Amino acid sequence: MRRSSPLALRVVALVYLTFLLVLPVGLVFWRTFQHGAGPVVDALTRPAVLHAFRVTAVVAAWTVALNTVFGVGVALLIVRGRFPGRRALDAAVDLPLAVSPVVVGLALILVYGRFEPIGGWLETHGLQIIFAVPGMVLATVFVSLPLVVREVAPVLAEIGTEQEQAAWTLGAGPVQTFRRITLPAIRWALAYGMVLTLARALGEFGAVAVVSGRLVGRTQTATLVVDQSFQNFDQPTAYAVSVALASVAIVVLVVVNILRSREQSRA
Amino acid sequence: MSIRVSHVTKRFGAFVALDDVSVDIPVGSLTALLGPSGGGKSTLLRVIAGLERPDEGTVEIAGTDATGLPPQRRNVGFVFQHYAAFKHLSVRRNVAFGLEIRKRPKDVVRRRVDELLQLVHLEQFADRLPSQLSGGQRQRMALARALAVEPDVLLLDEPFGALDAQVRRELRDWLRRLHDEVDVTTVFVTHDQEEAMDVADEIVVINNGVVEQIGSPDELYDRPASEFVMSFLGPVTSLGGVLVRPHDLELLASPDARTVPATVARLTRLGFEVRADLEAGGQPLWVQLTRAEADRLGLHPGAGVHVRTVAPDAAPVAAPAG
Repeated sequence: MRRSSPLALRVVALVYLTFLLVLPVGLVFWRTFQHGAGPVVDALTRPAVLHAFRVTAVVAAWTVALNTVFGVGVALLIVRGRFPGRRALDAAVDLPLAVSPVVVGLALILVYGRFEPIGGWLETHGLQIIFAVPGMVLATVFVSLPLVVREVAPVLAEIGTEQEQAAWTLGAGPVQTFRRITLPAIRWALAYGMVLTLARALGEFGAVAVVSGRLVGRTQTATLVVDQSFQNFDQPTAYAVSVALASVAIVVLVVVNILRSREQSRA
Repeated sequence: MSIRVSHVTKRFGAFVALDDVSVDIPVGSLTALLGPSGGGKSTLLRVIAGLERPDEGTVEIAGTDATGLPPQRRNVGFVFQHYAAFKHLSVRRNVAFGLEIRKRPKDVVRRRVDELLQLVHLEQFADRLPSQLSGGQRQRMALARALAVEPDVLLLDEPFGALDAQVRRELRDWLRRLHDEVDVTTVFVTHDQEEAMDVADEIVVINNGVVEQIGSPDELYDRPASEFVMSFLGPVTSLGGVLVRPHDLELLASPDARTVPATVARLTRLGFEVRADLEAGGQPLWVQLTRAEADRLGLHPGAGVHVRTVAPDAAPVAAPAG
């Protein structure tokens, strides 16, 4: 290796990031605030847009909650479990990364659609899944399934079981051991996984587009508003909502990184 | 008896870790489980603690049958080789853990923790995190944590295995003194025979999942029950088909009724002692003697000498055939 290679690498990485990330995101921000903040506020406070943000928030909150519980559970099973099919489960967790979200949406309709056995049965019992919030939560949970698991599992593997065994011998039951020993040990990985899940849930488009039915004022999410506004040549609204979504994601990531580095400097 | 292990068998798949093991450990004793790696000694300790379930047999602790009890309800203190420190809790909170789980009043916990930190000389480190301690300090913290709940028995799994030689020696002496002070039945696992002989009142030698011998350090050293125990506890060589300790052999310049003729092959000086490699009747053997003895005999490679055993009370152990 020549001594100049680190510099060359740095330049390549910088150019790559500039054209892929900094330029597009920067331009969206610039175009949005081209005519000041007034039009942005107008666009974001329209009832349909406000409702879309509310739907996005509800779906994202459910998704984070469900994936936190199941993510930790699945991670525990994969790392600690000794049962046939453990490897298959491990591999299956990554499936959502490989399958296109549109396919996920279609698959969910095949199971939970009004004219399918399971979906029909649920509907007669008053629970509509497809073209309603439950279906959108299901779709988002599916596409963000690996995010918590893949953050938490390596940490669980690294900390091992000795601390937990020590807690047992000191009299702590399974719940106490989890709350006092395991959870504190994985909390940063879990927080990071939750934030990634939140960011993914806020930005999910394909699967939600299929299962939501895109009903304005009912099942339309923020990302669907962006798409619809753009298609209808309402670019100010499209840009304003995009910027709002991107800002939330950036703020959350920055907060977690600050917390993380503080934790590392303390330990 | 404080701990009574009866006919315990433990398998991991096809591997038999413990094969019909029975051990009694008296109240207040300091016992070493000694043996080579993979011999089953750690498994036995974990069976006593309830961290492993035996396939057969029973474990009795302080007079009650503990075989079916989870580790939480056995009232044992357990110390791990790699400390198992709770990384996110301060030294004080680590030690207080068992008492907090038992919901003891705050001032009782505080007093007891202070007492224990003093006992293990960590009072000035109470508010540090485990990562800010040295290995020896972490292990002392783990000991205080295990002692905090006043266990019926204290179990230590290779407690000094991860420490360097100097700290190891210090902690060894310190464990001995602590045991005399606290007076809790203590069992520790080690693969280091010197450590076991130095610290323990009683040694249980375990190999291949079976108990080879139980006895005091002197009994094991002087009257080993098997060739394995003899060679595991100290250096051995063989003279005329019998295993002997190299320091129990004597070299003479002239023959008598009990000597065997031999030739010096090599001399190695190790400080004050000399190791003489000999050949007697085509068989190699070695003798440990002092420098003064070697000089008096005028040993040099190729010289002829006469060897005899000087430990008439030691029971002879047959050397392995071939």
